[in-house]
Amino acid sequence: MDELIQHLANALILGGTYALLGIGLTLIFGIMNVVNFTHGALYTVGAYVMYLAVAGLGLNFFLALPVAILGGLLLGAAIELLLLRPFRGSDIDTTMLVMIAAGIILQSGTLWTFGGVAKAIPSPFPEAPLQIGPVSLSWLRLFVLGAALALIALSYALINRTKLGLAMRAAFQDADTAALMGVDVRRIYTATFALGSSLAAAAGALLGPVYVVFPQMGGLAELKAFAIVILGGLGNVTGAAIGGFILALAEEFGAGYVSSGYRDAMGFLIIITVLLCKPTGLFARAERIG
Amino acid sequence: MSRFLPLALLAGLVVLPLALGPNPYLLNALIVTGILTIGAMSLNLLLGYTGQLSLGHIAFFGIGAYVSALTSLGFDVEIGFGLRVVHAPWPAAVGFLLATVAAGSCGYLIGRLSFRVRGAYFVIVTISFAEVVRLVALNWVELTQGPLALTNIPAITLGLPGLGMWTLKTKLQNYYLVLAVGTLCYGVIARLVGSQFGRAMRGLKENEPLALSVGINATRTLTVAAVISAAMAGAAGSLYAHYLRIIDPDVFLFATTVSMVIMVVAGGKGTLLGPIVGGLIFGLLPVALRPVMAPEAQWIVYGLVLIVILFVMPRGIVPGLSGLLGRRSAPTVPVLEASPAVQR
Repeated sequence: MDELIQHLANALILGGTYALLGIGLTLIFGIMNVVNFTHGALYTVGAYVMYLAVAGLGLNFFLALPVAILGGLLLGAAIELLLLRPFRGSDIDTTMLVMIAAGIILQSGTLWTFGGVAKAIPSPFPEAPLQIGPVSLSWLRLFVLGAALALIALSYALINRTKLGLAMRAAFQDADTAALMGVDVRRIYTATFALGSSLAAAAGALLGPVYVVFPQMGGLAELKAFAIVILGGLGNVTGAAIGGFILALAEEFGAGYVSSGYRDAMGFLIIITVLLCKPTGLFARAERIG
Repeated sequence: MSRFLPLALLAGLVVLPLALGPNPYLLNALIVTGILTIGAMSLNLLLGYTGQLSLGHIAFFGIGAYVSALTSLGFDVEIGFGLRVVHAPWPAAVGFLLATVAAGSCGYLIGRLSFRVRGAYFVIVTISFAEVVRLVALNWVELTQGPLALTNIPAITLGLPGLGMWTLKTKLQNYYLVLAVGTLCYGVIARLVGSQFGRAMRGLKENEPLALSVGINATRTLTVAAVISAAMAGAAGSLYAHYLRIIDPDVFLFATTVSMVIMVVAGGKGTLLGPIVGGLIFGLLPVALRPVMAPEAQWIVYGLVLIVILFVMPRGIVPGLSGLLGRRSAPTVPVLEASPAVQR
């Protein structure tokens, strides 16, 4: 029983960052119809900006996090302006390949700049975990969960409460009609991609201090993000948030009770099962976001 | 597309090693490129002709490699309940055939599972499948040796009538083996694409409701295409295992699928020569760049070249070039292409 509660707590903490990854990817797919293969690289970049800010510049840990998110935002905007805007109107395979190429460039770039040796990000939290009855939780992981939940709430507020979010929802439903109504769809695309990228970078910056930072860390994160998005239904933001927690639960229990070697296989087994039983994802593709 | 172009290309590839002279490094690069190009050709059958993108194509390749290696090495594993499966080593050529069958069967399963829905789902099912298979190869140490790799995989032995047994150990022999298998796959794909089945595939890609309305069985057509494509990828994987003679779970890396996709799309998806042209360019590009720059920089250039190709020739190199040539010499090409359908 104690073990069960511990696994649940771990899954909850991991699920927050997974949800961030999934929301970013599903927003970009839903609004722009782009399969974003730079998502993993942006996750990696977020972690490295965090590493540079904390270990390199000696910046305060809590200040470094917004810096990393801002880094993801700017990089995402740059990718959209330089690579996606010229290919607007191409079919989905072409933009996907452009994103694959950009992902290769980003990943090789980080490998070239930082080398292949894994780096650790020092955290200001005490080593001793917080004990609540039988469950022990590290302070760092609790902070990660809190920050992830805050960012998820911020994204929801942005999508549902702001004018930009209204324009994004309009573009999601019908880009042509939105453009007729005076929405500058090109700017919405840039904003969407930048927002999705900043969420990926945030996930990397949050998980970087928990694990270690290395150039290939984004590969598996990207595959997991795809898994989450499929689970939740393509383009479904709430579905992605829930999907993130489901994946974390499956991984945590799979690793705890089946075999730790197959931890990362759990998500993919879920996807295959979901597609067998309910091919449109657990939560069908949203007609509207928010 | 000229009929002589493929033959000229084949002739060029046959004499290429003679022109190069003894150059083991380049020959090795050509063999690996050739094997990946067969993978790209098989991917093109799905992506180019049915429009379905398999982003886990490396799973079929890797399954072929492992099945072939394990068949020729033998194994002894416990499968639970005290049952043991013991297998004595068989000839590598049998491994090659079994690899093709095993990969094709996996293609059938994946096809049946994922062609019930369209769009991005097939992409993600294939990615997931590849990742699960990689993790099995990594964790089922008793069978696959896990990260320790399967070593001492025997080279393929061919019994040729009148010539006795040949063990294909040298690079030159392997080059011609890869070329022969590649030519065979090209022939199969060319026949398939020109047949009624090929028209069914393209019909589904262009306009699925219309294709369904004239009686094309979508799920069956797509599944058959997936089986053939997977079997060819498995054959390529088998060649890879018996050429390198060592394989580890890294054969399942996602990056290799990405390389194949790049070869197909940059070369020109839905054309017979596209994957070969793309395969040669992107397979040999790292070789050309190696003396000049660090490996990480090579990959950056690789990505940049891909973006430039997509920007200049969005449909790929082969359609782009034939479009350029066609505009100059033969403006009636579209009419000629349409005529067989009219006659029917």
